[in-house]
Amino acid sequence: MCLGVPMKLVSIDGTDAVAEIDGVQREASLMLLDEEVAVGDYVIVHAGFAITRLDEEEALETLSIMREVFDPEDMA
Amino acid sequence: MKYQDEYRDRDLVQGLAGRLRECAAGAGRTMTFMEVCGTHTMAIYQYGLRGLLPPEVRLISGPGCPVCVTPNTYLDKAIACCRLPDTIVATFGDMLRVPGSTSSLMEERARGADIRIVYSPLDAVKIASANPGRRVVFLGVGFETTAPTIAGSILAARTAGLANFLVLSAHKTMPTPMQALAADPELAIDGFICPAHVSTIIGADAYLSLAEEFGRPCVITGFEPADVLQGVLMLAGQVAKGESRVEIQYRRAVKPEGNRKAREILDQVFTPCDAEWRGLGTIPGSGLRIREEFAAFDVEQSLPLEVEPSCEPAGCRCGDVLKGKITPFDCPLFATVCTADAPVGACMVSTEGTCAAAYKYGR
Ligand code: SF4
Repeated sequence: MCLGVPMKLVSIDGTDAVAEIDGVQREASLMLLDEEVAVGDYVIVHAGFAITRLDEEEALETLSIMREVFDPEDMA
Repeated sequence: MKYQDEYRDRDLVQGLAGRLRECAAGAGRTMTFMEVCGTHTMAIYQYGLRGLLPPEVRLISGPGCPVCVTPNTYLDKAIACCRLPDTIVATFGDMLRVPGSTSSLMEERARGADIRIVYSPLDAVKIASANPGRRVVFLGVGFETTAPTIAGSILAARTAGLANFLVLSAHKTMPTPMQALAADPELAIDGFICPAHVSTIIGADAYLSLAEEFGRPCVITGFEPADVLQGVLMLAGQVAKGESRVEIQYRRAVKPEGNRKAREILDQVFTPCDAEWRGLGTIPGSGLRIREEFAAFDVEQSLPLEVEPSCEPAGCRCGDVLKGKITPFDCPLFATVCTADAPVGACMVSTEGTCAAAYKYGR
């Protein structure tokens, strides 16, 4: 119930958007978002509302930090 | 989602687990971390993450499932609503099977009550708009992730001029119960895996007092296996160094200041109140009630209800499970009398409940 799902925005009309995951489309209100989003962006959708944009750069950065943390060559 | 596979990568997960072993061994002490988000509870069981932890690190589950922490008194009110004439009760699916004192919404539906499962509270507004002669009561249960969506729906209903849309609200807010749990000497919690999606709204700064005044490291962590392990590693790192800070592991979704717009909409409709939590009792300032300005949309303020006296299911230890005092395996009813098919308590009914997660993945 408290589930938030990462979905890709496929169309935007004012504060009404359609988001998609695994080929399933859902209406998603953008009324709660405090940042600009565009078609193609990923957002977390919870109970029919986008609650935050997923930042692609941060997603990659986190992965690279994780890899550094355990990379044996780095630890030498 | 993009990058999902990367965050589930076996080598990455094993590598982080290895690093955690070194860190914990170096700390030379045991540490207990609590997660307070049902989706974390599910992820930890589903991916078997406890099996990757070193012996020094223990994870316990707290009051992270909104359905589970909702006391029977609320369910009894919801059941009273669906017994009213000309009334449709709209709810998220999880609430349907949760037992109240003597009935459940599912039993009421079998007896003819009009109860509809919706995906979004906006769907309930649409039902109200399509049924002008009937009253629609939406069951508003959840933390700071859900409360803004309910606030948005009340605003939408007001804009549409609907007089037949009401909310039975039992919203709760997160950092306060964590402080109560941090102060419990029996639990001896060394740090918190902070809820991910709640934090998209309230922001990392909401945990500052937990870190600074209560001295408990807080890390906001995502839901993939590598996210959770990195979060635990960050917590262990703080404990090893004797630090207590708020860190964000889930940086792709959470900012220090959270989502201001969502909080404004929440504050427009709701105001803080004391709230009763199953297992934790009444915690001052840990709930949200609908402001008087929106009384017409509030069941509590505008709809008199006849509610039966509440009682808890005999033998169920949900309260202790929600406090992290016992695991589901310590409950004598677990997997014997209480199963996913015949749940006794809320923690087994809700898919995010600790007992349900332990039953599905943990045995
Ligand atoms: S196993 Fe069942 S009876 Fe025991 S605490 Fe969990 S929900 Fe309650």
